Amino acid sequence: MAADDNADRTQGRLRADGQGASPVTSVKPRPGATSSEPLGAEELKRLYAAMLRIRTVEEWIAEHYPEQEMRCPVHLSIGQEAVAVGVCAGLGRQDHVLSAHRSHAHYLAKGGDLKAFFAELYGRATGCASGKGGSMHLIDLAAGFLGAVPIVGNTIPIAVGAAFSSRLGRDGRVAVVFFGEGTTEAGVYLESLNFAKLWNLPVVFVCENNLYSVYSPIDVRQPQDRDNAAIARGHGVESLTGHGNDVLTTRRLAGYAIQKAREGGGPTFLEFSTYRWREHCGPYYDNDLGYRTEREFQEWKAKDPLRQFEHQLRQDGQIDDAYVARLTAELTAEIDEAVAFAKASPWPGRDLLTAHVYAR
Amino acid sequence: MRQLTYAQAIREATDLCMEDNPRVYVIGEGVPDPKGIFGTTLGLQSKYGPERVMDMPLSEAAMTGVIIGSALTGWRPILTHQRSDFAVISMNQIVNDAAKWHYMFGGQATVPIVIRMVVGRGWGQGAQHAQSLQAWFAHVPGLKVVMPVTPHDAKGLLIASVEDNNPVVFIEHRWLHQIHGDVPEGMYRVPLGEARIARPGRDLTIAAMSYMTLEALRAAERLSSAGVEAEVIDIRTLKPLDIDLIVDSVRRTGRLIAADTSWRTASMSSEIVARVVEEAFTALKAPPRIVALPDSPSPSSPGLARYYYPRAIDIVRAAGGMLHLSEEIVDEPEDLEPTLLDVPDRSFTGPF
Repeated sequence: MAADDNADRTQGRLRADGQGASPVTSVKPRPGATSSEPLGAEELKRLYAAMLRIRTVEEWIAEHYPEQEMRCPVHLSIGQEAVAVGVCAGLGRQDHVLSAHRSHAHYLAKGGDLKAFFAELYGRATGCASGKGGSMHLIDLAAGFLGAVPIVGNTIPIAVGAAFSSRLGRDGRVAVVFFGEGTTEAGVYLESLNFAKLWNLPVVFVCENNLYSVYSPIDVRQPQDRDNAAIARGHGVESLTGHGNDVLTTRRLAGYAIQKAREGGGPTFLEFSTYRWREHCGPYYDNDLGYRTEREFQEWKAKDPLRQFEHQLRQDGQIDDAYVARLTAELTAEIDEAVAFAKASPWPGRDLLTAHVYAR
Repeated sequence: MRQLTYAQAIREATDLCMEDNPRVYVIGEGVPDPKGIFGTTLGLQSKYGPERVMDMPLSEAAMTGVIIGSALTGWRPILTHQRSDFAVISMNQIVNDAAKWHYMFGGQATVPIVIRMVVGRGWGQGAQHAQSLQAWFAHVPGLKVVMPVTPHDAKGLLIASVEDNNPVVFIEHRWLHQIHGDVPEGMYRVPLGEARIARPGRDLTIAAMSYMTLEALRAAERLSSAGVEAEVIDIRTLKPLDIDLIVDSVRRTGRLIAADTSWRTASMSSEIVARVVEEAFTALKAPPRIVALPDSPSPSSPGLARYYYPRAIDIVRAAGGMLHLSEEIVDEPEDLEPTLLDVPDRSFTGPF
């Protein structure tokens, strides 16, 4: 198949300019969802800093992965940072987040520990999962990051279960689950929507629609007129859609959904259009494979969630070169320290091999 | 001592666990309905309310994920399936998540869930209502698997399962729900991982699980009349398996029959025979035997079921071959033959 055909196959649904024919890009005006208070200068900077941190961490991974020392699959989120950051900015530390294989951004945005993160990628005993999980099994319970697993769809009902606990215990926590648009093809997702609405659970379903499942474009997996928001709405679940590369959009819609859930308003489905820059699994670019076009990639890259927002903040005088340089230097130092910690950490001992098969 | 049925014992165990710990809840298709899962959940909703005793959508996969998520955040759910066959829909969640969560996150989180499932038999249950899948679950590290036989153990093992910090697959045989037995009042635990000598003997070890333990006891009676004293071991917990008790018994008797409620290929019986051969080969006076289902789905017609399910006489015949017993003993006597072999006894009437 010619690469240009691919472009047409996905462009009809969703364009990088956010103006595609798909309902994905149409923000449903809901009371509270679109008319929230403007964010303060400090929060704007926090959103930027959180995105820059994830970007810097993942670019560090991409640069150093070929050294063959991070010996586990990595699914980089570069290009998708605005969803993780905008959503998690609306959560408290006590709230729960679950994710899937592409979870670095979610883990970091929720406040997951960076040293334990790198140690896990390096397979060390000090890793967030003691070296038993790798990049696909991140966890930081202290930060409310309940876990990520790479079987697509599995964490959706688990997040609903966490919300069920909050409902039964009336503890005011909200659960958020991140997943790709491919997961909406799994039956368990629909079952989860149904149960979440049946019990009006405090859960937010966050779909990152990046158009591809590995190398399979959305149009070989979903019919042209399929409307994910309508499917959720059909279960009685309020659905909002927006451009996932705009952190103010993700922040605003998620903030609404989270607040609603906390107040007993039940579940919300959020679908954000976004785009994965690098290969499905690994550190490289893979546009040469021909499953997507260079043109499509460049269009999305022009909508870089980080640089767009940076540009906006610079224009508004919120940040300047000195701020960006200082932040970058701090992040580099933080990463260097975390990596040094990881590399200096011991391998898990043999005794850990069969430890934790059963809990005491 | 006070007598209860197996179903009443399960109900009492559930009630006591819920009374003891407000974080225990029961959820499953039909849990609060008028039949109450063969009587095992009757009256619990009126006692504990609709947020602790709940029906659920026909979404076995998602609901298993839901109880996992709920267990990860502090609750102790009991999920029921009226047939074990329905749990197959949720194998992904059981095997990939529940069993592995504690391990794959380095021991930080626990999944204290109990998944009850019922093995159907008889009255035409057929291929999708009569599977006994303990070997599947026992194969997976991280799961515990129990199959109580007596009302006493049904109660004690269920309490221990609810209190266990691991996912426990609790398998009930449909032909056990109506049996009676001594059941102490109040909370008590039968520890997971301990088998029980149901009948002592010196000549032969019959390691049996679930309903087959009752057939083994009937077989032991019959063998006793021929002067053969069979030791019947009620395995009770399939994972972790109390292989030591079985091996010790075989060291004394020199003979082993494993009696299974499921198919023989890759069965728990195969595992038991393998472990005994590995650990006590020189004690064996005869090759071990397995009495299990043929490798075929369960048929519906009573005309076929009579050939499908092994019974006491099949265990007697296996013993007869090992011990060179007379034809008279291994011939099928009247008293071992129920009417149509698709009901446990004459008091059972369909449907059930």
